[in-house]
Amino acid sequence: MTIDLFLQHLANGISLGSLYALIAIGYTMVYGILRLINFAHGDIFMMATYFAFFGVITFGLPWYISFPIVLLLTALLGMTVELVAYRPLRDAPKISILISAIGASFLLENLAIVLFGGVPKPFPTPEIFTDVIRVGSVSIQKLTFYIPAVAIICLTFLLYLVNKTKTGMAMRAVSKDHETARVMGVNVDRIILVTFGLGSFLAAVGGIMWGLKFPQIAPLMGVIPGLKCFIAAVIGGIGNIKGAVIGGFILGIGEILLIAFLPNLTGYRDAFAFILLIVILLYKPTGIMGEKLTEKV
Amino acid sequence: MPILELNQITMQFGGLTAVKDFDMEINPGEIVGLIGPNGAGKTTVFNMITGVYKPTRGAIIFRDKDITGLRPDLITKLGIARTFQNIRLFKGLSVMENVLIANHLHIKAGFMEAIAKLPRYRAEEKAMIAKSTALLERVGLKDNLNDPAGSLPYGLQRRLEIARALATSPKLMLLDEPAAGMNPKEAEDLTRFIKEIRDEFDLTIFLIEHHMDVVMNISQRIYVLDYGVAIAGGSPAEIQSNQRVIEAYLGVEEDVNH
Repeated sequence: MTIDLFLQHLANGISLGSLYALIAIGYTMVYGILRLINFAHGDIFMMATYFAFFGVITFGLPWYISFPIVLLLTALLGMTVELVAYRPLRDAPKISILISAIGASFLLENLAIVLFGGVPKPFPTPEIFTDVIRVGSVSIQKLTFYIPAVAIICLTFLLYLVNKTKTGMAMRAVSKDHETARVMGVNVDRIILVTFGLGSFLAAVGGIMWGLKFPQIAPLMGVIPGLKCFIAAVIGGIGNIKGAVIGGFILGIGEILLIAFLPNLTGYRDAFAFILLIVILLYKPTGIMGEKLTEKV
Repeated sequence: MPILELNQITMQFGGLTAVKDFDMEINPGEIVGLIGPNGAGKTTVFNMITGVYKPTRGAIIFRDKDITGLRPDLITKLGIARTFQNIRLFKGLSVMENVLIANHLHIKAGFMEAIAKLPRYRAEEKAMIAKSTALLERVGLKDNLNDPAGSLPYGLQRRLEIARALATSPKLMLLDEPAAGMNPKEAEDLTRFIKEIRDEFDLTIFLIEHHMDVVMNISQRIYVLDYGVAIAGGSPAEIQSNQRVIEAYLGVEEDVNH
């Protein structure tokens, strides 16, 4: 393998890793704050791609108007899921909320099949993203560079928000102890809502870029990326934002390089994520950045 | 005019009545104790006042406002702070951050201002850090500002929890067994500390305590709960000589002075 080719694969890996990272953050934030695996997250990601499809193709809006609306709508969808499927069960046993999460996921998937049809649709790809540039002897889509750049901007914004703002501080407080956070004057339900909004917003950013990269969308397209990003969050240490990013990159780069170096294992590309999950759970169950688990009373 | 008034508050969990028709009032500036054998319903009373539980019956009036069943964060904003029996600090966060979180509810600048680092946010942030630092110095934690809260020795964790409660600018402070696990010397220091902060911060204090010497020494009035029912109320001297109180305490087998 030439160095050029290797760099091309690496660029692809980084760009896939960025997408995984953006989606994984949604899992990790919700887990951090509610100790809940939001199974609907992958389907929220799928919905974002359909919103973009309708915005650009059905309503004929230019991408720079359509995409921001998609981000907003997806954030609203995530918050709706929290309000309808999770908030009423706040005091219920954890297992009920988990089942509700699975229900929300199936509902979104089947709603998409009924409303949008099961036949895959093409994702609108404005040329500005798909233009090809030549680096040395290889040609790479501009998108491959845009994706990590957008991801880095989003992550910087998110980390700033979580570490430096009042809302971020309240989030960290809620993730440690709901009751104590309340006594500190934090409106816990509002913070949870904001968390779902943010996670879904980032999933929408990931969804749009996913659509641009793999321009075909279908109602069940969120399932496998959803699972993989959940795995990325676990590898990084679920509940930890930086961990989710690291997990996303490990998974994305690992997956692409695996195919690049061992092309006859291409069929096992999805299995790679699950094997990695098993290994991590066996040897470092709290993940790379995970805190030691202490049971809350 | 009392700062806090409990009117016939009752808390039932299914068939169990944890607190029954409890009446009491606290006047501004008072230190009032709540004692009773284990399981008497003392912490339940705290949980009703702070909005963790909604009383089955009865009303809670704080500064002329009915706060019965209000959300805990709103009650905190109205001026009631509390500490917990088992210290509940944000252990992974630093000493400073613990206090900053409590201070955060005073920040007026919104989300967007914070993100843009607008002047008002920066000024408020600066003021908040100064205020928190001063508060931590006051309670004797100025050398530990950046230590993880969980790494502090026990006595200092108690102080930090009180400092954190003070940071919400309360009018009324509820202390749930502040002297638990302390030796007589530490308990004595704590008693002095509580009196000092009461005067400095213009507080009213309502505390649950098992250390009899602490509670008798510090409180102007004491209420006694037994099986969820108030069996006595009065000055420390009256309580100590009250026959029903003595019976309630002798009736339990555990050492109540643990």
